[in-house]
Amino acid sequence: MRHKTFLAFMWPSLFAMVLFIAIPILSVAYQSLFIEHEQIMVEGETCGPFGCSAEVSVDSAAMADLNEAQPAGRYNGLGTYGNASHLAFDEIGVIVANAEDFGDIRNGIMNLPFYSALVFTLAYTFVVTPLVIVLGFVIAVAVNAVPRALKGPVIFFSLLPMIVTPLVGSLVLFWMIDSRGIIGATLQAVFQDPSLSLKASSTLTWLTLFVYGVWHSAPFAFVVFYAGLQSVPQDTMESAMVDGASRWERIRFVTVPYLMPLATFIALMQLMDNFRVFEPIIGFSAQAHATSLSYLIYNDLRVSDSPLFGSAAATSMLTILGVVILLLPVLRRNWREFGRKT
Amino acid sequence: MSSRAERKPLPLKLLLIGFVLVWLFVAAFPFLWTMWGSFKVEGDFFSRADWTNAITGPVTERQTGGTFTLDGYRGAWIEQEFWRAALNTMIVVVFTVVISLTLGTLGGYALARSGFKYTFWLLMLALVFRAMPHVTLVSGYLLPFFELNIWGYLPTTIVVLVAINQPFTLWMLHSFFLSIPKDLDEAAMVDGCTRFQAFRLAIIPVMWPGVVTTGLFSFLLAYNDFTVTAMLLSQENSTMVPEIESFLGSTQEEGKVMYAVAAVVSAILPLFVLILFFQRQIVSGLTAGAVKG
Repeated sequence: MRHKTFLAFMWPSLFAMVLFIAIPILSVAYQSLFIEHEQIMVEGETCGPFGCSAEVSVDSAAMADLNEAQPAGRYNGLGTYGNASHLAFDEIGVIVANAEDFGDIRNGIMNLPFYSALVFTLAYTFVVTPLVIVLGFVIAVAVNAVPRALKGPVIFFSLLPMIVTPLVGSLVLFWMIDSRGIIGATLQAVFQDPSLSLKASSTLTWLTLFVYGVWHSAPFAFVVFYAGLQSVPQDTMESAMVDGASRWERIRFVTVPYLMPLATFIALMQLMDNFRVFEPIIGFSAQAHATSLSYLIYNDLRVSDSPLFGSAAATSMLTILGVVILLLPVLRRNWREFGRKT
Repeated sequence: MSSRAERKPLPLKLLLIGFVLVWLFVAAFPFLWTMWGSFKVEGDFFSRADWTNAITGPVTERQTGGTFTLDGYRGAWIEQEFWRAALNTMIVVVFTVVISLTLGTLGGYALARSGFKYTFWLLMLALVFRAMPHVTLVSGYLLPFFELNIWGYLPTTIVVLVAINQPFTLWMLHSFFLSIPKDLDEAAMVDGCTRFQAFRLAIIPVMWPGVVTTGLFSFLLAYNDFTVTAMLLSQENSTMVPEIESFLGSTQEEGKVMYAVAAVVSAILPLFVLILFFQRQIVSGLTAGAVKG
């Protein structure tokens, strides 16, 4: 295909992506260098029946003018990245200087909003992803072995947790784990602790979110593995059988290696999706105990009247950096493969 | 598969069937439970006394006279005007799917047929774009959109969703077009067609299975989106998912949590129907990327 024809086909799609994905990233980078204007104060005098008093208030007219003239705020350089709600260099210095042992440092850092969000995001990504792959594989092997009549409905219902809107899916579970909901009440009965609530402690909230993540994504791994299982080479399987491999050994040495590329694919997809975990935190109202990077950005933008664009942008840039680091091995592998092909 | 040696001993078989049934329960029960419960009053769905109340509904019977009530749905759809959000969702979804597919088919076809090195870079770029958390992009849109005065309208959101959808659509259709033999359009070009005519006459008639599958996923992305629609639409233009989220804030205090439950079930129902009719396409779409990529 000639370059010109290629471009003729490609430009609408390319245009949309450049305008709404590439430029916004640049816009985020630009915004992250700015910070909200300082309040312009005016001193006025209010006089009442008991004499006059000087009063300082925000000059809203002047603020509006200033915002009009410089909507992004005033230039702050890289200051936003280092402040307390982002990388917090000064705060960490103080924590390390005052800490008596490692536990102190850990607790201190976990109290900083950016780091606690980063830790939860990474924990969620690296706990949920492997569990999804393992559970999906087990379900696929099990479903492959059950009678045909059961397979159709199993696939139908398995798709539900994955297809349903994450926010809606997490709400459905949230209502069930409510202390008056069926799961919450059952747990209280099982542990004989009427005050037990999954929403009360950080550990339990994290666990709930992890369970939700696995429940939501396991169907995806299951469907991919199940499709892969249909094409496991039968002659390899039979030779393994002739060589006396047990059922377990055949799974271990024939099925698993055959499905390995699929596992890589699922891992890639899951890393990307889990790193941006966001909706479950809203659905489970888990803000108090678990926040993710995406949630921090959302929260900054949700401040009524004056969204904190600068702060949100700085977190966004750090998140994008995280995504790129996460994807780097994949990109390198693809590059090498492409190099081999040409 | 049916060879003697493949046959499993009975205990193993029972174990596997048991496991599958447990998974089936875990996957489906929450939805069935919520659907059933959405026809009860709050006192039953969130029962302090006994969880079986949610099934039998004694409080519902006491309060409304029947064991099933449509109060939640009436409250959500009529009183809180959820129908408006449903209508907005429909508009957003239809336009997003149609536009994404149009752009995606053209681009995917070009990527599949051009052998130059830059196609690889474009695909890798699309992969990086696909991994971008949507909320980081949204934080890039907000300020310019406020400045341009285009914040809050449906068309803006549709265009943004189309763009966010492009990387995925391109990958999927690219791998689908690779599976259509090159000979087809090349033969048409030998017969004197231009590239566009070949695309129109030889490719468009055979591309529908791939387009339908991709369309399903575009639909899901637009329908399920929360981040973009919550941040870019004004209150009166909001779609179903952000509307449900705002229900949580406003209605929970007033003891109208059942409105939110009814709205949630209303949002799940179309997806139920979708899986019912398109199960095979969804499964093949999920695996397409894995098998070919």
